[in-house]
Amino acid sequence: MISLTSPVRTRAHGWPAGAKLLALCLATLVLFLIENPVLHLAVLALVLLAYRLPGPVFFRAGMSRLWILWPFVVVVLIWHMLTDEPVTGMVIVLRMVSVVGLANLVTMTTRLTEMTDLIHRLLAPLRRLGLRTDALELAMALVIRATPALLDKGHNLRDAWRARTHRRPSWRIVLPFTLLAIDDAEHLAEALRARGAITNERE
Amino acid sequence: MEKNIAYIALFAALIAVLGLIPKITLAFGVPITAQSLGVMLCGTVLGAKRGALAVLLFLGLVAIGLPLLAGGRGGLGVFASPTVGFLIGFPVAAFVTGWITENWRRAPVGIAAGVAAVIGGIVVLYAFGIVGMSVVMGKTLSEAAMLVTAFIPGDLLKAGIAGMLTSSLVKARPGSVLSRS
Repeated sequence: MISLTSPVRTRAHGWPAGAKLLALCLATLVLFLIENPVLHLAVLALVLLAYRLPGPVFFRAGMSRLWILWPFVVVVLIWHMLTDEPVTGMVIVLRMVSVVGLANLVTMTTRLTEMTDLIHRLLAPLRRLGLRTDALELAMALVIRATPALLDKGHNLRDAWRARTHRRPSWRIVLPFTLLAIDDAEHLAEALRARGAITNERE
Repeated sequence: MEKNIAYIALFAALIAVLGLIPKITLAFGVPITAQSLGVMLCGTVLGAKRGALAVLLFLGLVAIGLPLLAGGRGGLGVFASPTVGFLIGFPVAAFVTGWITENWRRAPVGIAAGVAAVIGGIVVLYAFGIVGMSVVMGKTLSEAAMLVTAFIPGDLLKAGIAGMLTSSLVKARPGSVLSRS
């Protein structure tokens, strides 16, 4: 399955995922403490520069992901214009775009395998306490595999609907779709049991 | 154990796929999709614990960078955007929906599931969503509430659909509606 990691290789792709996440948490915290609009403007300029450095392809991909914020930006700006607090409105908008922009940067420069490795390492203390984390890791892999498979079956259902009527598929199509998911789950459970995937005394 | 893992994984995938089917976007850019219907179904079909776990699994995969949210969104950025409250509320909504479906045995399953979806998937979910919006957008709670009221009619519709679907699922696959078996 395609993840949101950018195919454009940047220098940040080589940085450890844990360090990037920690830096993101700290930066977000600091941005929520700053109230100075000029400082926020400088931060946003730096964030945009970071998007621009790897080249125009990376920049465009990043901007299109930030674009979904525009309705919120418009609402906040109009609101604070009406309440005569344009500076507060600017701070809120700048902070929102910077924080989301930084978080997206981490996602765009970190491969899925590095993220799953990081999760595996973060779960180590739980394993030492005797908790089994392999079930969680198995479940994550199963969802990654099942989502495109289920999407395919959804497309087949839609085609079957279209072959029978010219009307658009209504919510009724969700019932056979959910049944497909349930039947898949039953088959999957059987296959896992047969392979002894999870040998657990807690059964 | 295997059955629980398989159901949790498949319902996490179901939430994702329901978010990918065609949608209508209303005001404020929050796309109206069947994704929250998926969260309601996790509760009404899987019950409180398994339903919440399926939603958490889904959110975990979104956080590590899979584009599974409605409109192909995902990554860490969505947890900083104004709609973050709804994401945090998703697992709680599934838990409450599941708990009510499990415990309100006197009502027919369709009614119980429908009412549970209204309480969990709308009342609880919007409480989280409104708090999140007020924090990120710097608005008071009542101001934030005004911004989301437009989506309540659509979600009421989805809760009704969740109830009807659950009662049909009980007839089609009685052993698979884990909240009632």
